[in-house]
Amino acid sequence: MNIHIPTPLRAYTGGLETVSVAGTTVGSVFQQLTVQYPELKPHLFTPEGKLRSFVNVYLNDDDIRYLPNKEETPATDTDELTIIPSIAGGTNCRP
Amino acid sequence: MLRIHYADYETLRAHGEETYPNECCGVLLGKNIAGEGNGAAAVNHVQQIVRAGNTRTDSAHNRYNIAPQELVKIQRQARALGLDIVGFYHSHPDHPAQWSKTDFAEAHWLSCSYIITSVEQGKAVLTNSFLLSGKTEEDKTFDDEPIQIDIAPNVAEAAAHNQKGQA
Repeated sequence: MNIHIPTPLRAYTGGLETVSVAGTTVGSVFQQLTVQYPELKPHLFTPEGKLRSFVNVYLNDDDIRYLPNKEETPATDTDELTIIPSIAGGTNCRP
Repeated sequence: MLRIHYADYETLRAHGEETYPNECCGVLLGKNIAGEGNGAAAVNHVQQIVRAGNTRTDSAHNRYNIAPQELVKIQRQARALGLDIVGFYHSHPDHPAQWSKTDFAEAHWLSCSYIITSVEQGKAVLTNSFLLSGKTEEDKTFDDEPIQIDIAPNVAEAAAHNQKGQA
């Protein structure tokens, strides 16, 4: 299946915006991604192996954190995974 | 350096005025162009801006957040146009056009530009850009980034024509 890489992480996929990775579940595809592109791993996961809090991963239009089967969700060749870091901020100086 | 067309620059500033006293936010689509020559800085060349919704309705006057699902759609839109996400913009209502601790803590798009416009009493005042530099979350920094504003020939000609007419 295809995985779409956000701009900052393309330095670790040889500049590719879309990479093709084999796997039967979301979890296995994601694991294979870090095997094919090992430099991505510290940017996606904490040293404890958890997905970093600001990294969002979408299977088509669904956040994988909220899928009933989460990482065990089946993945097909026609599905797409998108990695999208969060965007937030603000002055936060007034009550 | 950030390079942006005058019309887009004015549009994102107007967005901040429109949402005042709340923060506005949006995405910059374009291309990151490597600097020419040794040590030359790369350029984030903005070719389109996309308005986004601020999901922080609980504290929209001093916080912003773009829903990840909206970002996924915007990234899809960028891909269809052959463009990339090269940065973001938001406003600071009645607050300087400088990044805050919150802005820094919540910034994760390394090598992207973060534009901030101060909006005072509903009027856009200063617009600054900051490049999120570094290679990891642990060594990232916000660096002041020059902004080059392009004026299309037809706009320049129209301005010249108007000036001539007023002379």
